Amino acid sequence: MSEPVTALGGVASDAGIAAIAEAPLQGMITLRGDLSASAVKKAAKAASGVDLPGAGMAHMDGESGLCWMSPDELLVLCPYAEAAERLERLQTALAKTHALAVNVSDARASFTVSGPRAREVMGKLCPVDLAPDRFTPGIFRRTRMAQVPAAFWMDDTERFRIVCFRSQAQYVFDLLTVAAQPGSEVFCY
Amino acid sequence: MSTRLATGGRLLNKGKPLQFTFNGKRLRGFEGDTLASALLANDQVLVGRSFKYHRPRGIVASGAEEPNGLVNLGEDGTFEPNQRVTTTELFEGLSAESQNHWPSLEFDVGAINTKLSRFLPAGFYYKMFIHPRPLWKHVYEPFIRQSAGLGRAPKVPDADTYEHFHFFCDVMVIGGGVAGLQAAKAAAVTGAKVLLVEQTAQWGGRAPVDGGTVDGKPVDNFVDEMIADLEAMPNVTLRKRLMGAGVYDHGYVLGYEQLRDHAPESSGPRHRLWRVRAGHVVTAAGAIERPLSFAGNDIPGVMLASAMRDYVVNYGVSAGDRTVVVTNNDDAYLTAFALENAGLRVPVILDARVLATDSPAMAEAKALGIRVMMGHGIAKVQGGKRVTGVGICSQAGEGAVLEEVACDAVAMSGGWSPVVHLWSHCGGKLVWDEAQAHFRPDVDKAPTGAAGEAFVSPAGAAAGDLRLAAVLGSADQAGKAAAEAVGFKHTRAKAPVGETPEEAPMMPVWLMPQGAGAALRSKAWLDYQNDVKVSDVQLAAQEGFESVEHAKRYTTLGMATDQGKLSNINGLATLAGALGSNIPDVGTTTFRPPYTPISMGAIAGEARGAVFQPIRRTPMHDWHDANGAEWEPVGQWRRPYAYVREGESTHDAVMRETKNARENLGLLDASTLGKLIVKGPDAGRFLDMLYTNMMSTLKPGKCRYGLMCSENGFLIDDGVVARIDADTFLCHTTTGGAERIHQHMEEWLQTEWWDWKVWVANVTEQYAQVAVVGPNARKALEKLGGMDVSKEALGFMEWADGELAGFKVRVYRISFSGELSYEIAVDAGQGQAFWDALMVVGHDLGVMPYGTEALHILRAEKGFIMIGDETDGTVIPQDLGLDWAISKKKDDYLGKRAQARTHMTDPERWKLVGLETLSGAVLPDGAYAVGEGVNANGQRTVIGRVTSSYHSPNLGKGIAMGLVLHGPDRMGEVLEFPGTEGATFKARIVDPVFYDKHGEKANV
Repeated sequence: MSEPVTALGGVASDAGIAAIAEAPLQGMITLRGDLSASAVKKAAKAASGVDLPGAGMAHMDGESGLCWMSPDELLVLCPYAEAAERLERLQTALAKTHALAVNVSDARASFTVSGPRAREVMGKLCPVDLAPDRFTPGIFRRTRMAQVPAAFWMDDTERFRIVCFRSQAQYVFDLLTVAAQPGSEVFCY
Repeated sequence: MSTRLATGGRLLNKGKPLQFTFNGKRLRGFEGDTLASALLANDQVLVGRSFKYHRPRGIVASGAEEPNGLVNLGEDGTFEPNQRVTTTELFEGLSAESQNHWPSLEFDVGAINTKLSRFLPAGFYYKMFIHPRPLWKHVYEPFIRQSAGLGRAPKVPDADTYEHFHFFCDVMVIGGGVAGLQAAKAAAVTGAKVLLVEQTAQWGGRAPVDGGTVDGKPVDNFVDEMIADLEAMPNVTLRKRLMGAGVYDHGYVLGYEQLRDHAPESSGPRHRLWRVRAGHVVTAAGAIERPLSFAGNDIPGVMLASAMRDYVVNYGVSAGDRTVVVTNNDDAYLTAFALENAGLRVPVILDARVLATDSPAMAEAKALGIRVMMGHGIAKVQGGKRVTGVGICSQAGEGAVLEEVACDAVAMSGGWSPVVHLWSHCGGKLVWDEAQAHFRPDVDKAPTGAAGEAFVSPAGAAAGDLRLAAVLGSADQAGKAAAEAVGFKHTRAKAPVGETPEEAPMMPVWLMPQGAGAALRSKAWLDYQNDVKVSDVQLAAQEGFESVEHAKRYTTLGMATDQGKLSNINGLATLAGALGSNIPDVGTTTFRPPYTPISMGAIAGEARGAVFQPIRRTPMHDWHDANGAEWEPVGQWRRPYAYVREGESTHDAVMRETKNARENLGLLDASTLGKLIVKGPDAGRFLDMLYTNMMSTLKPGKCRYGLMCSENGFLIDDGVVARIDADTFLCHTTTGGAERIHQHMEEWLQTEWWDWKVWVANVTEQYAQVAVVGPNARKALEKLGGMDVSKEALGFMEWADGELAGFKVRVYRISFSGELSYEIAVDAGQGQAFWDALMVVGHDLGVMPYGTEALHILRAEKGFIMIGDETDGTVIPQDLGLDWAISKKKDDYLGKRAQARTHMTDPERWKLVGLETLSGAVLPDGAYAVGEGVNANGQRTVIGRVTSSYHSPNLGKGIAMGLVLHGPDRMGEVLEFPGTEGATFKARIVDPVFYDKHGEKANV
């Protein structure tokens, strides 16, 4: 057994118009099921400590939370070290329900983009309306980032959390640093 | 001569002189100049040579419509051809070169073409070079290619960076003239989110030059006030140097922002492509003045009247001391007034119209002492590289020169055409306006959105409302309508009132004089950049090219980089005249985006260099890289092809790795293989439908190899399925198949079997997976310790969860090499550590990592097929002798019905066999086996092809697999495979399993 590592070893860059950093390991569980079923709702709440979010939304509480991925999929967030135990709890709670829960903590990489220009950096890569009155903390978006799939939400009004596939971590980090290159402010938000 | 005036130049900062070079000559300008105004200020009237006849050409316009002033700009990494001098802002150190000249701009050899122009009419190339046929490829085409194109192609990579930006708004207003400003304001006061863009560096458009008053105040005050108002509104985004390039379906608009073209020393991207989603679009792009078609209208010094007054008023530049104005409307008189105000001389205004009474403009001209000749025009401009004078004629006549007037510039105006491009991009229709002789948007036939609603509104001159009062009225209306269309309530605020002097109606003039003979018509240019004359369009009509689209392609009218901004209307009016039909019946050619050319860099955005394409890396990627990996792209993944050691060739490395895996211990990074979890009460039933063989009978703890076909019966993927528990399966896919097969599963579940209880999740990247292969594989795992991996505890095609050296692992006893082999999955975050642990324990066991080429050879030695080698989308499992993997017991599976069709059961289908060359050499991959005779096309009959071919170090010879007609029935026969360069290979048909036919090595 050895200490698990992130895809890029916690790389960071603040040379550009927003600060970019690979986030530490984050526990993530994919839960697929009928989101209107009370067993699913109860189990998801028990595993994350937060209420079920509506479509396109996320509920966060520190390292834990629930993100709405699709009408039949949630992303359960939890501390990395607790993922196995929470998965087991979920599976036990859903033993008699038709649902699928799997640990995907290691399948992903996470990044933060922060600063007053963070919205602009994201807007260069994602076809999403990021105006301050349109994209606010609480909203969760699955989209694409240039040529790869990604999902993100905001911790506060100037900080994005991005989740992408682990194999594409280097590409996403490089993309963000290119999009945040010095002198590339858009000055539109 | 053209020169800088002592006074004037509202856009100049005379406190900041700038140096620049043109064809190596050092010249001076001021901050605020365009390259065009700076060149004119330095008497550089001649700026380029035309495309076909190499005629000397000067600046005609002052904006995006300029056809002649194209230069090679910059050097090396910032070099760019075909840059318009009129839209290039001057900066310190700018370096420009004129184009399409040899050996020099002043003396050009190609200008001989103009002497030959009688022999180079429209369609010349089509007529001349088509016969004899072979000469086209070897003589004509190379010659034409060499002389084609205006600018040079860049030779070194672009040193700049580019980016995209996504933006959303309720209303996007394109054009920052008074119309755009008023439309933006009218929309913004409703609360709508407004984006207002202007392609130049200044707000206000033509209004500050053309004058007039708004609510009693000078129009430039109005512009300043509007900008201040809009800047104060939080719901308005204003961008200069951002051109609305194209309008597309669903309110999608591309904007082209030039960030550093005017300030190359600053940092950041050069261009930004705005990808805007707008609820409603207002096009306020203004109008473009039309040239008049008279002989010599292309001689440097002949300019659009509006451009000439722009240069005087905006830049304090005169195009000449004595300017003849020639017009068919009142607007051009403004140029005469501007020139007189600047102390320059206008010897005569030639007005093609004959009016009963003088218009206010005429009266004013006369009051200023300017001679006005009604009913007159230009017969011929005199001069070569610059204007020296004009011959005056009667417009109604055939061009007899009544009088010659010396001058060094000519200002022409043939009326105004609204910029309808953006309106038309997405299907907006046009209507012919008789009074103003132009096409303007037909507001009843606007581009429509998903619900059939109009999503574009024209405003101001772009709508055909040319006069200030009408401009403000229509813009106010367009802005209000746009806001209302996206759900905002507009106020009753009144539009500001614009006032300009009365004007007399214009008169359409498509040829000057109207009866001009052949000699004059063949010197009257329509399209300056592509050298198309009135006579060319008339010839096209005469030869039967009646459709405007055909005439365009035959003559190349409007096909240059300016896309006919000046020539379009004049050209089709000429065509209509030649055909004897009405202009609206002839119609226009299609307007396509972008409005003016945009850089390739802007289109590519950030996608270059390291982020040109995503590259997917496994958790052990860096280790491979540090250990000699040569990479093979597999989809977006990079996999090590081989680990090449110092002093070793790639081939040597592959041979070493392949042998070692059979003799000692090999490690393969198999993390890229797809892993899909399929769970639910109907999971077994679902997999029975997806795979050709039976999966529902698989016991938990066991593995089974399976084939997947499309509904057309063709093989699309293969892999090992492991049953995790009663409800759960883990399906391995090929490296390139994970996303595709995941999607395939979801598609069937969502569209066809939506009532089946199955969930699917792609967990490919959760795990690093390592294949531990070879006779020492078990020893290596036993040295790691932690779980029983003996033959008894973990048999072939079984899996188990456990621990190895403290790592939580799932071990699959499966083999794609034919050796004793374990594939071990560990959490990706520990993949590298696990790999390291294997390298340590493998040290004494002869461990070597191996790459994809060794993997291929190992599987080919065993006769295992590879998706993408043995299959190509046309191959069914039966072709590959995989009948054993097709369940006979199942009622159905995807592809079953298709595989029963006669073509699929045809015994003539080529089937998989092994191939061994008689010489031991390696067959060329993809080579065809030839049979007797020829086919219907006279080609040699082919009876098979090689699908995989390698040198096997374990067998010491070339081995191959191939699909061969009646192959399995022809064991032992020798086939002939022609190679390249005259070589021919002879190969014997053999069993595809070359090595360890009974599978004893894996089963230990």
